[in-house]
Amino acid sequence: MPPSEATPEAPTPEAALPHGDTPGIRFDKVVKRFGSNVVLRELDFTVAPGERVTLIGPSGSGKTTILRLLMTLEKVDGGTIHVGDAPLSHMDRGGKLVPANEKHLHEMRKQVGMVFQQFNLFPNMNVLRNLIEGPVRVLGLPKDEAVERARGLLDMVGLSDKIDAHPSQLSGGQQQRVAIARALAMQPKVLLLDEVTSALDPELVVGVQDLLRDIARESDLTLLCVTHEMHFAKDISDRVLMFDQGQIVEEGPPDQMFESPTEQRTRDFLQAVLAT
Amino acid sequence: MSWNWTFAGDLISPLLQGLRYTMAATVLGYVLALALGLVWAILRRSSNIVVRQTVRWIVEFIRSTPLLVQLVFFFYALPQTGIQFSAFWTGVIGLGVHYSTYISEVYRAGIENVPRGQWEACTALNLPRSRVWFGVVLPQAIRQVIPTLGNYLIALFKDSPLLLVITVPEMMYVAYTEGGKSGFLEPFTIAAIIFVIVSVLSSVLTRRLEARYATV
Repeated sequence: MPPSEATPEAPTPEAALPHGDTPGIRFDKVVKRFGSNVVLRELDFTVAPGERVTLIGPSGSGKTTILRLLMTLEKVDGGTIHVGDAPLSHMDRGGKLVPANEKHLHEMRKQVGMVFQQFNLFPNMNVLRNLIEGPVRVLGLPKDEAVERARGLLDMVGLSDKIDAHPSQLSGGQQQRVAIARALAMQPKVLLLDEVTSALDPELVVGVQDLLRDIARESDLTLLCVTHEMHFAKDISDRVLMFDQGQIVEEGPPDQMFESPTEQRTRDFLQAVLAT
Repeated sequence: MSWNWTFAGDLISPLLQGLRYTMAATVLGYVLALALGLVWAILRRSSNIVVRQTVRWIVEFIRSTPLLVQLVFFFYALPQTGIQFSAFWTGVIGLGVHYSTYISEVYRAGIENVPRGQWEACTALNLPRSRVWFGVVLPQAIRQVIPTLGNYLIALFKDSPLLLVITVPEMMYVAYTEGGKSGFLEPFTIAAIIFVIVSVLSSVLTRRLEARYATV
């Protein structure tokens, strides 16, 4: 028997990662309020297909809200959001945009994946079931295919040996890797990263960041990332957006943003963050 | 009046016969309460305010009326409207419906304790509603409330003698009818002892379940 058949090749990271058409994102005059608190004020911005954008800014500036709107965890109060050519929060009915129903949201969500600060793995399921639940139940993948996909992703995140473990048996860093694999198992075209290393012990941060850096480099995912880790932001992004009070104060490539920001607000923020 | 050992000995067999009805009514009533309680708990989180409020008032109404009144109503009044069940099934339904309202509150507490992030992860994965409930939320919620659910099983068991008033031949009914023949001391004493034994055994069983499945 030839050696190549005796030892089947492990899936490469490239094979495990989603590829294909990657829709961009467009915010048109998006308004989001929580009670009387206006979090986003007529926000306009676009993200090109495959672009990697990091949102920075002080707490409460609306960064996370943007990700939550894209994941349909929140509803817009005004304006529209497009993912690819289709409106996310609305749907077209006879040439008019009306608020999206659950069916439309379900379709749109297939394109978007999210990794949370607190991982949010399902503690009642082992790692494998966390990874195949979505592909089997939502995408309708046959179980063995979903398992194969899960194995490939676990291999990529370096946790093949934890396939039967429960989340409570994993470290924070390992849980977050599984959460990343779980999001990728759905093969989204847009991946949202919401302060994914904020809840980790300092020594675990680098491993997760390295993994995400590899994913960013080797996939053509459209990436939106909220982080307080400026080095990571610099490494991972094509463009950085500085937010304050629900609006973009300044934007540009990471080198320019971190080395020669033009706005005083950005300079103050970076100084405060880098001092800590 | 003194204790009659012969009479007491003769009572064991009919009382245990009655215990079978007690146990059957308890188990079936409890299963009904668990299922119906879940229906109430899920409907109370419906996005439709009419559904939410209607269920809230139904649950409140059932919880605010005594079980005895409900049993008597189901057995003696409801047949006049053409709805009639046997005494045993009336008892099962009465116990089940009454306890479902308490158990729905237990579920509700468990459900509210499931972190919001779990719901959000379900949305992010696009899981269908049924999987969110039965695959993610309820398994976590129920684990947390197993001890309380166990307590309600024992409480329901201890309420089962109320079925006496609707002529279910459960243990208290047997004790009562036997007592009518030769005195109440022996039958009621033995019935009480049997109740204690079963209750204690149930507590032990519940604690084992708790140790095995409950988190925290």
